[in-house]
Amino acid sequence: MRVTAADKRLLNDFQRDFPLEPRPFVRIAETLGVAEDEVLTRFADLRDRGMVSRVGAVIQPNTIGTSTLAAMAVPPERLDEVATVVNAEAAVNHNYEREHEINLWFVVTAADAIGLQEVLKRIERRTGLPVLDLPLEEAFHIDLGFQLT
Amino acid sequence: MIPDRIDKLLLRAIADGLPLVSRPYAAVAARVGLGEDEVISRLRRLVEGGIIKRLGVIVRHHELGYRANAMVVWDVPDGEVTEVGRRVAAYPFVTLCYRRTRRPPDWRFNFYCMIHGKDRAVVLRQIAVLNWQAGLARYPQAVLFSRRRFKQRGACFDAAPAREVA
Repeated sequence: MRVTAADKRLLNDFQRDFPLEPRPFVRIAETLGVAEDEVLTRFADLRDRGMVSRVGAVIQPNTIGTSTLAAMAVPPERLDEVATVVNAEAAVNHNYEREHEINLWFVVTAADAIGLQEVLKRIERRTGLPVLDLPLEEAFHIDLGFQLT
Repeated sequence: MIPDRIDKLLLRAIADGLPLVSRPYAAVAARVGLGEDEVISRLRRLVEGGIIKRLGVIVRHHELGYRANAMVVWDVPDGEVTEVGRRVAAYPFVTLCYRRTRRPPDWRFNFYCMIHGKDRAVVLRQIAVLNWQAGLARYPQAVLFSRRRFKQRGACFDAAPAREVA
C-alpha cells in the first residue's frame, strides 16, 4: 500500500466542505495545481484501492430512515456462518468482529422502525441467536472527518 | 430543518457517493429528475441545516493503515453522561462518541467512543488519557478492539429485504 503526498492531500483536505458548484473537481484541481482529469483519476484509483469509501455525504443519524447498532454473542466456531447471514441483509452496512464475548457488531439502517425490527428478527430466526438492539440516544461528536497523520 | 420528500430522494441517490465525473451534480440530477442547480441548492441547504454532517471524502481507516480500531464503552450514570460526552468529544483522537440504550443484564454500557489508530499500544494510551484525564476511570468499562471486518459501506435506506433462505 503506497500513498503519495498528492494522494494524502486528496484524502485529507476535502473531507468536508466539498465544493457545491457544477464542476467541483475543477476547484480541487486548482487548489492542488493539477488538471481536473488527474483529480478524477486519482479519486477513482483511491476508491478502487479501497482507501476511499466514497465521495459523498455523512448524514445525521435517524433523519432519513432509522438505524441502530446491533450486537450478538456468537460461538467462535459459528462466527463465519453467522457473519454471512448478517451480511446477506442489504440493510446492514457495517459488520465487525470484536474482542469480547459479544463478538459480532453491525449497523442496520432501514426506511422505518418496523423495517429495522424485521431485519433484526430475521437475523435472530435464521441464526437462532439473540440480537441486542442498541439504538442511539445522543450523539456528542461532530464528525469533522478523519485526519491522516 | 426537516428534509422533504425530494431531499430524501436526493440523499438516497447519493448514498453510494457522488459519481466521479466532471459534473457529478448534473449526473445525480439526471438520475432523480431534477435540475443541476436544484441538486446543488438542496445539498447546500441540507449541509447548512445539519442534515448532512459533512460532504466530502469518506476514507476507510483500515486500508490506510489504521488497523487498531477500538470501541470503548463505559457505564456512566444517566445524570452524568451528557456532561461526560461533551468533555470526551473534544479529544482529537476520538473519532465518534455517543450514548446508546443499555440492555441489562447482557449489556450495561451506555457511553461509547470509537478510536482508530495505527498501533494498539497508542490506542491503549489514549484510552488511559480518557480514563485518567477526562475522569472516566471510575466507571465500569470494556475495550473491544475489532478483529475482522465483514462489511463496510454507505447506508442503504430502502433496500429490498434479503430473500428468505428455504
